[in-house]
Amino acid sequence: MNKAISAAAAAERIADGAVIMIGGFMGVGSPHRLIDELVRQKRTGLTIIANDSARPGVGIGKLIDAHAVRRLIATHIGTNAETQRQMIAGELAVDLVPQGTLAERIRAAGHGLGGVLTPTGVGTIAAEGKRTLEVEGRTFLLETPLAADVALIGCHRADYSGNLDYSLTARNFNPLMAMAAGLVIAEPDAVVPVGVIPPDAVVTPHVLVDLFVQGEPRHG
Amino acid sequence: MDDKTIIAKRVAREMKSGQLVNLGIGLPTSVARHLPAGVEVFFQSENGIIGMAAVPAEGLENDSLSDAGGSPIGAVAGAAAFDSCTSFGLIRGGHLDVTVLGGLQVDELGQLANWMVPGRMVPGMGGAMDLVSGARRVIVAMTHTARGEAKILPRCTLPLTSVRRVDLVVTELAVIEPTARGLLLRETAPGVAVEQVLATTAARLIVPDQVGVMALAA
Repeated sequence: MNKAISAAAAAERIADGAVIMIGGFMGVGSPHRLIDELVRQKRTGLTIIANDSARPGVGIGKLIDAHAVRRLIATHIGTNAETQRQMIAGELAVDLVPQGTLAERIRAAGHGLGGVLTPTGVGTIAAEGKRTLEVEGRTFLLETPLAADVALIGCHRADYSGNLDYSLTARNFNPLMAMAAGLVIAEPDAVVPVGVIPPDAVVTPHVLVDLFVQGEPRHG
Repeated sequence: MDDKTIIAKRVAREMKSGQLVNLGIGLPTSVARHLPAGVEVFFQSENGIIGMAAVPAEGLENDSLSDAGGSPIGAVAGAAAFDSCTSFGLIRGGHLDVTVLGGLQVDELGQLANWMVPGRMVPGMGGAMDLVSGARRVIVAMTHTARGEAKILPRCTLPLTSVRRVDLVVTELAVIEPTARGLLLRETAPGVAVEQVLATTAARLIVPDQVGVMALAA
């Protein structure tokens, strides 16, 4: 099965209003060509699940600049004044989630769990509207799974079957998101023959990856 | 010496060799530059690495190696990279020895508020709630006041980062240890009188008979 596709054709598979997970941390490890294509194709009404919205003109910040996003589920928007402006103006809904909780909610969805119990946020406004449970004398918040229609994954290499590996801090949320979405599109820095990534080094197994983008990598 | 350098140099003296340490962006980051000679710790960055090192020389940056603010970093030999679940498992699971964070307010219960000012500044909590809830030791590194207003208060008026009692508060004027009995004044900065600390602190401070003088890392 051929999973290789152009960034433009991959982005065409994504509908207006889709719920999209995008890997990366301040743009590092984000799938930049796919983001650029979503902007170029003028997608609107998107829900984006990501760690942050980077900065204006960088990574997910480009989707914010283009008013492509209706709702953002993220841990931090302090580095993007435009995200904050749109939020205050009522143009963009922002759900702020503690970073470890966001990671675990995505993992829960991808791993078939009904949620996770975390001590993070107990007694704070992050606990509002959530159930608490006592386990062995400690109080935890019940955090529910978080899944998406599409996951856009930045990775180091893909082989032609779709196995992925990652590089340094560009890994971050990417392998978690690759398990938590209906359509998984990877954007590797390089595509290599099957076998070049040895089994022990594969982080995301090929069965999780529907498509990968070919072409020159871009950072930022 | 400016206020932030005083704070960083005092916090640096809390580090012990072999510890896993997470430094927040901003003032806490500068603690790394003031570690006492012979103290070797491992720095975690929550975006997924243990073994963060100083910024590489210009031209040697790696596009895939950054700190939690997205700025280029280096890595020591023996560094380890991992995904966000593992990174926060290290933080929540009791594997992180020390976290140093900035603060907007600390109160008599030792609770920290450092992630939002409703209606004015809503950057988000990022990893702060996990760090304060999960680290073995939480050190708040902050200026004693903000525009003349006390930041150490009877109760935080801003949204809390965690209900957990932090372990130490270091400012340019004092070192304060939140305890079950309240805020204990441990040390004052060189040349700073206890009265000056009391006058700039809205919370009640417990003042022992002997208040030490802050020793600063070289």
